[in-house]
Amino acid sequence: MITIGTTQLWVHDQDEALAFYTNKLGFEVRSDVTLPEMGDFRWLTVGPAGQPDIAITLMAIPGPPVMDPETAEQVKALVAKGFAGTVFLTTDDCQATYEELLARGVEFSETPEERPYGIDSGFRDPSGNSFRLTQVNERVMA
Amino acid sequence: MTFVAPERHLLRAKDLADSRYAEPLAVPDLARAAGLSRAHFIREFKRAFGETPHAYLLTRRLERAAALLRMTDNSVAEICFSVGLQSVGSFTSSFTRTYGVSPTEYRVSFPPASAHALVPTCVLRAYGRPQRSTFGEDNGAQPI
Repeated sequence: MITIGTTQLWVHDQDEALAFYTNKLGFEVRSDVTLPEMGDFRWLTVGPAGQPDIAITLMAIPGPPVMDPETAEQVKALVAKGFAGTVFLTTDDCQATYEELLARGVEFSETPEERPYGIDSGFRDPSGNSFRLTQVNERVMA
Repeated sequence: MTFVAPERHLLRAKDLADSRYAEPLAVPDLARAAGLSRAHFIREFKRAFGETPHAYLLTRRLERAAALLRMTDNSVAEICFSVGLQSVGSFTSSFTRTYGVSPTEYRVSFPPASAHALVPTCVLRAYGRPQRSTFGEDNGAQPI
C-alpha cells in the first residue's frame, strides 16, 4: 500500500514560513533540523495537528551546486507568481476555519463561497504558494 | 529583512482581481494593491503574466459571466452587473468579440447546469478564463 508521507513547497524564507504555518495556520512543527555538514541545509517540516502522518517540507530555494543561480531566480519568481502548485486543505466547517485564520492574519484571496462540491475558499502563504480551504459535500466524498 | 520577490506584489494585485472582480474595480486599484505606480505596474504585470492587468481583469469578468450564463438563468444585464461591469452594451460586445457568439447564443449552446461535472471552482476559473487576441481598448484608467 502506498500512502503520502511528506510533500514539499518552495519558500522564500524558512523563518517567515515557519511563523506563518505555525502561528497563523496552526500547523505543528514536525522536524526542524539543520545539517552543518551539508552547508547548513535545514529540513523543516510542518503538518496539521489532526493528521500526524502527513507533513509538508518547507524547503528553501537553494543556490549552487543544487540549483544554478538562474534556475533559483526562476523558481523564486514562479513561487511569487503563484504558479508553484496548490495544497488542497479540507475542513469540516469552512466558515468557522476561515474566521479563525482571518483573525490570526491569514490573507485570503477568496472568501468562503458555495460551490457544487462544497464551500470553498483560498489563501496564500507569504511566498505566494496557493492553498484551498474546502468543506467538501458528503455526496462528493462518498 | 525578509526576502520578498517583486512578483509577489504583482500576485497580490492578480488575487485582488480574482477575488473582487464583482466590485467596481479598475487598474488603479490593482496598482495600489501591488504598491506600484500605474504605468510601472502595467509594465511589470505584463512582464510577469504575459498580459496587461486590464486584460486580466476583463477576462476574469468574462469568464465569471460565461459561468453564470451556463449555470444560472439570470438575465444578461444582471450577470453583467454581478461581475463588476457597468455597461451592458460594452459587456455584450466584449463577450461577443472574445467568445465569438453573443451572451444569449452562448447560453443556449450549453446543457443545463446539472449536467456539469463536479470540478473544483479554482480549476474552472483558471482554465475557463478566455484568452484575448486584442488589447486595443486597453487604456487602463477607465472603469470597464
